[in-house]
Amino acid sequence: MTPLKPVGPGARVALGLAFFVLFFAAWAAATFGGYVSPTFLADPLTMVREGVNLMVQHGFIKDIGITIWRVFGGFLLAAAIGIPLGMMMGAYKPVEAFFEPFISFSRYLPASAFIPLLILWAGTGEAQKLLVIFVGSFFQIVLMVAVAVGNTRRDLVEAAYTLGASDRGIVTRVLFPAAAPEIAEISRLVLGWAWTYVIVAELIGASSGIGHMIMDSQALLNTGQIIFGIVVIGIIGLVSDYLFKALNRRLFPWSLA
Amino acid sequence: MSKVVIDGVSKVFGSTKALERIDLEIADNDFLCILGPSGCGKSTLLRIVAGLEVPSTGKALLDGQPVERPGPDRGMVFQSYTLFPWLTVRENILFGTRSTPAKTDSLMVKVGLKGFENHYPKQLSGGMQQRTALARALANDPKILLLDEPFGALDNQTRALMQELLLGIWEADRKTVLFVTHDIDEAIFMASRVAVMSARPGRLKTIVPVALPHPRHYTMKTTPEFSALKARLTEEIRLEAIKAMEAAAA
Repeated sequence: MTPLKPVGPGARVALGLAFFVLFFAAWAAATFGGYVSPTFLADPLTMVREGVNLMVQHGFIKDIGITIWRVFGGFLLAAAIGIPLGMMMGAYKPVEAFFEPFISFSRYLPASAFIPLLILWAGTGEAQKLLVIFVGSFFQIVLMVAVAVGNTRRDLVEAAYTLGASDRGIVTRVLFPAAAPEIAEISRLVLGWAWTYVIVAELIGASSGIGHMIMDSQALLNTGQIIFGIVVIGIIGLVSDYLFKALNRRLFPWSLA
Repeated sequence: MSKVVIDGVSKVFGSTKALERIDLEIADNDFLCILGPSGCGKSTLLRIVAGLEVPSTGKALLDGQPVERPGPDRGMVFQSYTLFPWLTVRENILFGTRSTPAKTDSLMVKVGLKGFENHYPKQLSGGMQQRTALARALANDPKILLLDEPFGALDNQTRALMQELLLGIWEADRKTVLFVTHDIDEAIFMASRVAVMSARPGRLKTIVPVALPHPRHYTMKTTPEFSALKARLTEEIRLEAIKAMEAAAA
């Protein structure tokens, strides 16, 4: 194979699908062949059956809806405060000097470790779930947005000054639009992480959601349901990522060739 | 009266002396080229007039007012492509606080951008981008146009065409121009006066008037008068380039 040589679109799809096929074949061989006990790993058919069962009898679609709302709720909260703060830090160095050390420290605090505290403060309701995602996303967004804004090309800023832009105009007419595609990309990335936080939040002290269902299924040793839950998360993540990418392409045609 | 006065300007970066006591006056309607070897501080001098750098000593004055920060009265075109990539050609030219749709439309015709109004900078060649940058600076109607090797990144043919374009605009409006370059032909072809700078620390070495008649045509580059000026400036610059190389080697 030649390094970095692009692969054709047809071959790309075929190769991508091939791995899924291989993966399912290995899974099916291990389970149907009796190499792995059903107690530890359900076979693909059982998973599908359990999935249908979950949807039809247990109203799993509602759990999915609740989980999606928590992810987006917590993420939007973090973005609504984090993006403006990150922009201020990127644009104004004293603001950055004030917040940056604390936020750099906070970003390494694991969101999941806050769950017991957050339950203490906010109970086990929706507020606590949103807060877990907020804690997990906020500091990351702030720091990455600050870097993106701070990396704006200096010559663009200078050009804007020579065209009469005010200090405020530099922020609104240069720094923000210049960093916007990267901010959108950061949001997409952090939304992906938010999906892992929400499941952790739902594993502990929740009475609904995909994570809660997984926890219940574990008590019943129903590995089919657990795997179905995990697959659902993967699919939603993939779809939301795709939609986000498509939206970014529409919003920022100029950043593409 | 003099439009721009550079009064005893020096600039030190850390332990490096970039400019040493520059005194220079640029009159209304002048087209002054600052010619010098790389690293002689000619761009720094231009940036001081633009207000993008603060001189270590001395000051730059525009119509008697000291330059303290960049402003719309001094339009600038940079060597790097500085169009705002998120704006179309038309929106870029409209960016300046004193630009208007009417001025934008007439300038787009003047610099040959008709039909490219809605293109993004990424879709344009280097020459087209610099045309847009020139139109953007002019649309803001500055008192003086500052150009920092604006055609330096272009290929030879495009550069020659851009020189003719800029010269044509200047011959029509006689807007005061301060143009930095290391290209001798470029300086002679466009300038009314050529200020030669020495190797670092940059000093003003000599000012050579270019008495070639206007309007100038590109064929002028092969006339004996042009060649004589070129020979003289080549000699001046060559010495400085040698000094610059020796300084770099030392």
